[in-house]
Parts: sequence; C-alpha cells; structure tokens
Amino acid sequence: MGQKTVAETIKSISRQHLLKRNGLLMGQAISAVGWVNNTVPNCKGIVELPMTDVAGAGFAVGAALVGRRPIFVIRFQDFLILNGSPLIFFAAKTKELHGKNAPVFVRAIAAEKYGPVHSGVLHSIFMHFPGFLVCSPMTPNEYKEAYRVYMENDDPMIVSEHRTSYKSTREFKDVTEKNADITLYAISAARFEVEKASELLLKDGIRCNIVHIMWLKPFELSNRILNPLKESSRGLVIDAGHEIAGASQSIAYTLNQATGCQVTALGLMDKTKCLCPPFENATPDAKRIYKKVRDIFK
Amino acid sequence: MRSPDYGIIDHHKDIHSKQVSLDLFRRICLSRYFDYGSISAVQKQILNYMVYLSLGQESISAAVSKATKGFMVFSQHRCHDIYLSYGGDPKKMRDELVGLPTGTSRGRAGSNCIQCHTSQATMFGHHGLIAENVPQAVGAALGSGKPVVAFFGDGSAEEDYVFASLGFAVTHKLPVLFIVSDNNLSILTKIDVRRSWKITDVAKGFGMPAVDITDDPWSVYAKTLALKKTLPALMNIYTCRKNWHVGIGVDGPPEWDRFALVKDKLKELGYLKYALKIESKIKNDIQRLWDKKLLQKRLNQFRASIS
Repeated sequence: MGQKTVAETIKSISRQHLLKRNGLLMGQAISAVGWVNNTVPNCKGIVELPMTDVAGAGFAVGAALVGRRPIFVIRFQDFLILNGSPLIFFAAKTKELHGKNAPVFVRAIAAEKYGPVHSGVLHSIFMHFPGFLVCSPMTPNEYKEAYRVYMENDDPMIVSEHRTSYKSTREFKDVTEKNADITLYAISAARFEVEKASELLLKDGIRCNIVHIMWLKPFELSNRILNPLKESSRGLVIDAGHEIAGASQSIAYTLNQATGCQVTALGLMDKTKCLCPPFENATPDAKRIYKKVRDIFK
Repeated sequence: MRSPDYGIIDHHKDIHSKQVSLDLFRRICLSRYFDYGSISAVQKQILNYMVYLSLGQESISAAVSKATKGFMVFSQHRCHDIYLSYGGDPKKMRDELVGLPTGTSRGRAGSNCIQCHTSQATMFGHHGLIAENVPQAVGAALGSGKPVVAFFGDGSAEEDYVFASLGFAVTHKLPVLFIVSDNNLSILTKIDVRRSWKITDVAKGFGMPAVDITDDPWSVYAKTLALKKTLPALMNIYTCRKNWHVGIGVDGPPEWDRFALVKDKLKELGYLKYALKIESKIKNDIQRLWDKKLLQKRLNQFRASIS
C-alpha cells in the first residue's frame, strides 16, 4: 500500500479522533457534498451544523469547554471572519484568564480559484491574537504532527489547510545549497511552487536554499530556520496569504531581527482574489517568486 | 405586558412555604448586599475597575438557581448575583473585583467575567461579546449531555447567534434553559425603540416552550421547576436594573423595587421576622467582607509583591 495523501491522512486521523477519543467533528455541509474533498469519514461523532457561522463556532467552543476536543471544519478559510469571534474572544483567552481550556482543532481550508470570498488564506490574523497555535501542514506527516501537538496541548489550534495539498503524498525536504545566494522560506501552498522557482533561478546562476515552514505560531528560531539565512545573507518569505501585515512580512521581520540579514516578503497582492484570470491574485507561483528574487538582486 | 405582577403566581403552598421563601430571600440578600458593598468599595476607591451590578435583578438568579441545582451555568456580564446564587464564594468574587490573585480568575478578568468551578457549581463567565455565552451553553449541552442554563439580557437576545442557538437546541433536543433578564434596556435604549418582536415569540416559533413572567421570585421558581422538565425552554423575565449598565451611577428610580415587593410578600406570608434576621446577618457579614482597612492592606501587600 502506498503513502497516504494529505486528504486520506486527515480522514484517518478524524476517524480515530471520533471513534477512539470521544471527539466531535462539527461543520456545515460536511456529509452531503463529497465529505469535504473526502477528508471527513462517515462515522459517529459528526455534527452537521446549520448555516450559522458565529453560533457554530460558539457551539464548538462550548463543546471544547466540556472536554470533547471538537474538530471544527471551516470549508473556506475566508469564513473565519464570521467564525472567528468565539474562537478569538473566548477559546483563545479562557486559559490565560481563567485557567480553563477550550481546545478546538480548527480545520481552516483554503483554496485557489473559488472567487473573492472562498479563496482566502487568513492564518495571519490568528497569528496576531494571543492564545492560538497556528500551523499550515502541507504533507501527510506534517498533518499527523499538527494533530499530535494539538492532543498534547490544551490550546485552540488554527490548522491552515490548502486544497492544493490534498492529493499530494510527498513530504517536503529543506534544500541547502553550497554558497547559496538567498534562502526561500515557503508557507502553505507556496511550498508547491518554491522548488520550481529555485530551478528557474539556478538557470540564471542564483542558488537558493529552501526552508519549508509549517509552524507559524509559535515560530521557533531554530538552527534549521536560521542557519541557511545566515549563510546566504538574504531571504525571501513567500506566503499564500496577503503580503501586507501578513505572515510573510511578520516572519521576514522576525528573521531580520534575529540575524541582521535582509529578508523580504512576498504574498498576495493588495487586491481581491477574483474568480477569473488574469485577476485571480493566486498564491505566488514559480514565475512570481522568480521575478521577486530577480528584483532583489537588481 | 411588562409589569411587576405579570404572570405572578399568587399563592401555592409548596412554592410559598417558609423554607422556600426564606431560601429565596437569603440568596437575594447575599447578591444585594454584596453589590452594595461593591458600591461602597468604588466610592472609597478600593475598587478601581468597572463593575456590572446586579442590583434590582437579583430575584431572577435566586429563583432559577434554586430550581436548577447541578446545571452548568453560562452567564453574561451582569453576573455577581448568578455567581453567589449558585454558591460561589463572595470572598473570591470580591478579590476578583479588586484585582487580587485570589480572585475567581486570579484578578485577571474582573466584574463581567466571573467564573466558578467548584464541586458546588460550574459557571462559565463572559468575556465581552454580548450573548457569546448562549452558543457556548448550547455547545456544552451538546458535548456533555448535561443540563445547562444560559443567562442573558434582552439586548443579548437580539444577537443573531442567539437565534441560531435556540434553533440548534430545539433541533438537537438539548437540555438548555434560556433565561432572559429583560430589564427593557440595552445600555439606555428601550426595547420598543430597538425592535417590534418578542423573544418568547421567536422561541415559540422554533418550537420551544417559552414564557414571559415578572421577576417575582416565587413565580420564577415555580415556572423554572415546570420548564426544566421540557428543555430546551426559554423564560423572558421582566425586571428592573437599579444602576447604570456599568458603574455605580443611578439615572432614576426603577419601575418597581422587587426587593421591597418581596418583603411585602414575606410579611403577608408571616415570615418577615425570620427574613429580617437573615438580612441583618448577611448585611453584617458583607460589611466585614468589604472592610476597607483589611482590603487595602491586602492590596498594598500584593502591589508591593509585584513591583
């Protein structure tokens, strides 16, 4: 049997969570249409929510307060703006204020080409608020790690998924090049483009280290993260979310402060993600990453 | 419809028994005098943070708490009375209000966020978004299967996620009692300016038993005993807030003084002399609780320890 895809991994983890750990899985339109890209198992413990975004998140928080560790599925990450308030203002604050935990596993699913309010990546907003763990797993093993950390902790977790990853079975490896000119840090769906960009840049004689980022908060400045940057002296952080005030700028700043190296950010342009080309404003692809790096070296 | 005697139960031998009557009165006095102590603490500048007083509305939690022992409680910003009525320790709440680490949330949360997690009571408080406790109450009932009571106000009842919570509770037949403390004010804006519908009609529209009733504690107690057999259910209880939405100020006399009406009823029932003893004891205990010198000493010690 071959390696599971990310979608199969999510489904398997969810099944164990529901059947063996007395968990709950809550969300809208969970079972009727493809079981959320085949990531949700057909088993007990699934609560189909009505179209009640704010209340639905409140139900999940209430269930978390009584120990059910709900998986809360948000089929389009943009909806976090509605779902967000009980998560931000209660789940993420209750441990610090009262010593009571509300660990919700928020499956915040992003996508491309679904239009202006179905294609967003909003993990940056949740990095901003205290009390959350925030990650963006793009591989089967990374997803397993996200779930393991969730179960070992008692904090709400934003799991910034991307549909781009669902059919993938690969595990990403960092790339370290001798005498690298720049280190590319990639987040979310950008991770599927960064190697192609690196190949394009090599043709122009620009050598790239690649560091794959899964954990956004806490963002630990480990040797794995810092050493490639220190050796290449320049960095670029690429995210699938908006650049301004986003994860890419935040992490670029953090890396700069830690090393003194010049680190730039690349995310979505400051425009709406429209439905049709050429206005999609999609995750920076290999071409955009290539162009940005070329601009850095002008 | 809104009046001090709407839906009142005039006399019932079990509901108006001496034991029930005096217990209700004790709970009311505890909340009332605690809040008087809070006012005094603010005036003496021992308490320097925002306070959300329950004065005028205490009979609701006194009655509901007596009938819902063992329920999980989800309260909102006006919660001093709820905490005390369900058996919370007044010392811990006092400490929370003044910011001491021995408070209900280690002095971090304050008057509108009171929590209680003891063997006597489980009460989840509020953080700041109005009616946020209502969907959480529903989620807790869903997750635990245990009965839950959610307290909120007539302003909170207008939040969209309250409607969704009522609907969900009905659909899933969840054991939730929704208590609306209807003081007719959203800060200072009256209901007839804000809306033309009634929350009891909304709840009934969802298929939930729902009643309007005044804040006579015997009547609320009786109704709660009845409604808790048919959960989910909603009670919209007419009441009067004595002080400002937040703070110790007063705009004018309330429409009715339920405490005075309760005492009149106790006199009619022949229990007044017992009630006055209870009131006197509680008044003295609470005065000692809010002793300025003692509290100031503790606050000074705490501030010295963190500086």
